[in-house]
Amino acid sequence: MTAGSVEAMAAENELPTFRAVDLTKIYQAGEVEVVALRGVELALMPSELVVLLGPSGSGKSTLLNILGGLDTATSGQVFFRDMELTDADQRRLTRYRRDHVGFVFQFYNLVPSLTARENVALVTEIARAPMAETEALDLVGLSDRMDHFPAQLSGGEQQRVAIARAIAKRPEVLLCDEPTGALDNETGVVVLEAIERVSRELGTTTALITHNVVIADMADRVLSMGGGRIVEDRPNPTRRAPRELAW
Amino acid sequence: MRPLNKKLLRDLWRLRGQVLAIAMVVASGVAVLVMSLTVLEALSATASAYYDRYRFADVFAGVKRAPDRLAGRIAAIEGVQTVETRIVQVALLDIDGFEEPAVGQLVSIPEGRQPHLNQLALRSGRLVEPGRSDEIVISEPFATAHGFEVGDHIDAVINAAKRPLEIVGIALSPEFVYAIGPGSLMPDDKRFGIIWMGHDALAAAYDLDGAFNDVTLSLLPHTEPEAVIDRLDPLLEPYGGTGAIARADQISNWFVNSELDQLRTMATILPTIFIAVAAFLTNMVLGRLIATERAEIGLFKAFGYSDVEIGWLYVKMVMAMTMVGIALGWAAGAWLGRFNTQLYAEFYHFPFLLYRPSPAAFVIGALVSLAAALAGTLGAVRGAATLPPAEAMRPPAPPVYRRSRLADGRLAFWLDQPTRIILRQIIRWPMRSALTVTGIALSVAVLIMANQWLDAINHMIRVYYEDAQHQDVTIGLVEARSETVLRDVEHLPGTFAAEPMRIVGARFRAGRETHRGALYGVPRDATLAPVYDAAGEVVDLPESGLALSEKLAEKLKVSLGDMVQVEILEGRRPVLDLPVARLFDTYIGMPAYMDLDSFNRLLREPYAVDYVHVLADEQARPAFFAELRELPGVASLMIRQAAIDMMHATIGENMLIFISFFSIFAALLTLGVVYSSARIALSESGRELATLRVLGFSRWEISYVLLGQLGILVVLALPLGCLLGWGLAWLIISSFETELYRVPLVIERATFGKAVLITLLSALLSAALIRRRLDRLDLIAVLKTRE
Repeated sequence: MTAGSVEAMAAENELPTFRAVDLTKIYQAGEVEVVALRGVELALMPSELVVLLGPSGSGKSTLLNILGGLDTATSGQVFFRDMELTDADQRRLTRYRRDHVGFVFQFYNLVPSLTARENVALVTEIARAPMAETEALDLVGLSDRMDHFPAQLSGGEQQRVAIARAIAKRPEVLLCDEPTGALDNETGVVVLEAIERVSRELGTTTALITHNVVIADMADRVLSMGGGRIVEDRPNPTRRAPRELAW
Repeated sequence: MRPLNKKLLRDLWRLRGQVLAIAMVVASGVAVLVMSLTVLEALSATASAYYDRYRFADVFAGVKRAPDRLAGRIAAIEGVQTVETRIVQVALLDIDGFEEPAVGQLVSIPEGRQPHLNQLALRSGRLVEPGRSDEIVISEPFATAHGFEVGDHIDAVINAAKRPLEIVGIALSPEFVYAIGPGSLMPDDKRFGIIWMGHDALAAAYDLDGAFNDVTLSLLPHTEPEAVIDRLDPLLEPYGGTGAIARADQISNWFVNSELDQLRTMATILPTIFIAVAAFLTNMVLGRLIATERAEIGLFKAFGYSDVEIGWLYVKMVMAMTMVGIALGWAAGAWLGRFNTQLYAEFYHFPFLLYRPSPAAFVIGALVSLAAALAGTLGAVRGAATLPPAEAMRPPAPPVYRRSRLADGRLAFWLDQPTRIILRQIIRWPMRSALTVTGIALSVAVLIMANQWLDAINHMIRVYYEDAQHQDVTIGLVEARSETVLRDVEHLPGTFAAEPMRIVGARFRAGRETHRGALYGVPRDATLAPVYDAAGEVVDLPESGLALSEKLAEKLKVSLGDMVQVEILEGRRPVLDLPVARLFDTYIGMPAYMDLDSFNRLLREPYAVDYVHVLADEQARPAFFAELRELPGVASLMIRQAAIDMMHATIGENMLIFISFFSIFAALLTLGVVYSSARIALSESGRELATLRVLGFSRWEISYVLLGQLGILVVLALPLGCLLGWGLAWLIISSFETELYRVPLVIERATFGKAVLITLLSALLSAALIRRRLDRLDLIAVLKTRE
């Protein structure tokens, strides 16, 4: 995204969910310095579904991690609404994740010793204004599998439980890192449908990382990354439903 | 270096915390084993070299008075090598600056030379000059306790006459390694000492010219002492022989040997426990480690490494972990062995010390540990070596959980999800949970067992000296006297009460069983020192017949109503047939009692008393002792409070050091078990915990999930450990049972409390160490990685 478009959005007088200013992240990998992000400028608006595309090492995961409060920036600033994340300590970041952020991981990361419903309850127990576990599982179409343990669910089902778990707290932000990466087409579509549905019904700001260019067609906006920068910021006026996507 | 070996070294470095935890446990086992074995070896070697060099006798016998010419007939017994006759007496000693009289055992030495047997190890000065009746050599511990040096003087009451004696030498003797005064259970170097005097001086003083009252023999190699004793006793009987004893029953040697036996038990039971726990720990760690190494194992196999090479890699890993422990254990064990040997040597006053640990103890320690660790890890290694590569590279399927009554019952409604995770994990791996609980419980048990010794011995002191005895002083007479002596004692300043007692040497027979011991005559209405049983109850003595300790009845295979033949070994030597009229349980010795009146009637002797128990005013003590010294015929003195103090001091010295070693080892064990379990749990559920952190759980909340599980296991382990501790204490106590004493199984509540507290502290320390790791959990890795 260019500096110009950030100003244009600000001019619409709506406060962006996320705003990044000159965001830089340098890793120390052994004796080598890896520059993961080089002065990224970014704004994500409420209810927007953004797809982040880019090859491995382009910086998209690093960006998502910083937005989600899992990682800290080397320099620059990130704001969640009017809260500066780059300035927050571990305690406040934990609080921030707990109250505002929903995560969906490539490998689901369900707790194997808890059933689907209990995995969701894990979050609803500590959230401020959560929905009922049944409601969250209903949203992803799993109300009939609530009492199954992860070992008794297919990959796609496990991922949908993970989505239910992420959205049960009614988060303002839903961050998905390669949510279909471990799934076949058919199952991937079901999962994407679930993501689209919950983000639309809850009005979350959703950021979705993928290698798969086709998936970009379901986004409001597509950001392409390369070499730690946003190389393309493309609005997508013709959003397509996940069902229509084929890869 | 081959890449597999590099990987091994790096893995060991990466797992250094766990390597150290296992090494500590292995080291505890090896250290205890090496310590016990080297001390055992050093003490056995020292004692046997000491006995050899100073010609410790093989057979000992006392008589009333036998003519010197009898020595020739004794020497003619087959198997006898050397005969040494001598005079042994007991006398009261007056020491400047020491309120009460001390007791000296007077032992004659030949004029102007070392005896042939039981030679003296001179520490300073010289032997007694021939013909000098005022010169003495005294035992070194007694000299040290009073600060005596060559040239100092002691007054002794020898056969009712006070004689000033000059110390010309200070010595040790193999005969008095463990020097115990009459009526005592522990050496008291301040109140009991050995005095060697010239033979002629003692013969003159006790009217034993041309006679002896003690004889010691050495035997030719391969001679059974029993055979010699069987022929010696009839020779001595006409001269008032009280029955000869073999070296094995000689009191000092008996104590040294029973100490060595105790050590031997320690050296087998305790290291076994430590090593078993080490094997279990290694097994647990390695099994779970390999589970997390699946992908790498698959990769190595895909590259073409064979099962054997991969198996060997993990065998090397176990060996490396164990070797670290063995090295630590060797160092600690050798140091502790030396330290303890010195301690024992000081206690026993050996003139020299042979501490040359043979490699055996070290090799045994290493082999046992390695074997235990390898056996423990065999299953895991086999599993790693035989995993098909494709399967190994796939992540393991998520573990299947099921509902259970505990986590899903009626109570479950109240459970939050983290608690549910904890409960389901414990239930999902019942074997692993059980092993962890067992490991922690074993360390609680070791702690209880170590501290139980103090409880037991305090209990024995309490029952034997405090509950059973109420006298302040017990006076021993040179020989049995009529009851008029009671009146003399009652007239001593400050005396409230005096009570007689009679002890005679006796041989008990029933069927084919015999026992050489003593028969005690105690008044039925005794109040100062009545007969007490192990439960602390006064034993009501029967009007006639014997009251036998259960141990003696067991040895003689008799029960209530049976007849026992009692051969009295003094005076007229009557042989009596007496019924067993009462049985009672006791911790110390295997005594036999009778009512004093019927005892004296049976003996048909005018003498009635040879010991007097006295209750006396503390304030009048100096005057009491001053007049007691003037009383004729007093041979010995036992001061109850001094004996109690001595017991406590000796036990404090020896036992406390021993107990603190075991407490430290047991604490290390707990630390090892808890820390390893927590570390493995962390590496297994690190991903799960990081997920929870990402979901917004705080550090405290995820610590609860990990440490709560351990907490539950620790809490489960505590009562089990208390139970195991009880069992272990019972096991050790049963194996220590001897004729002289039985250690009671007494465990104070404080001992359980201490063990539980130390375990909890070790668990908390492990938890704190793990907590620091939780704080550094990598959240980013969770998102991308599968394992």
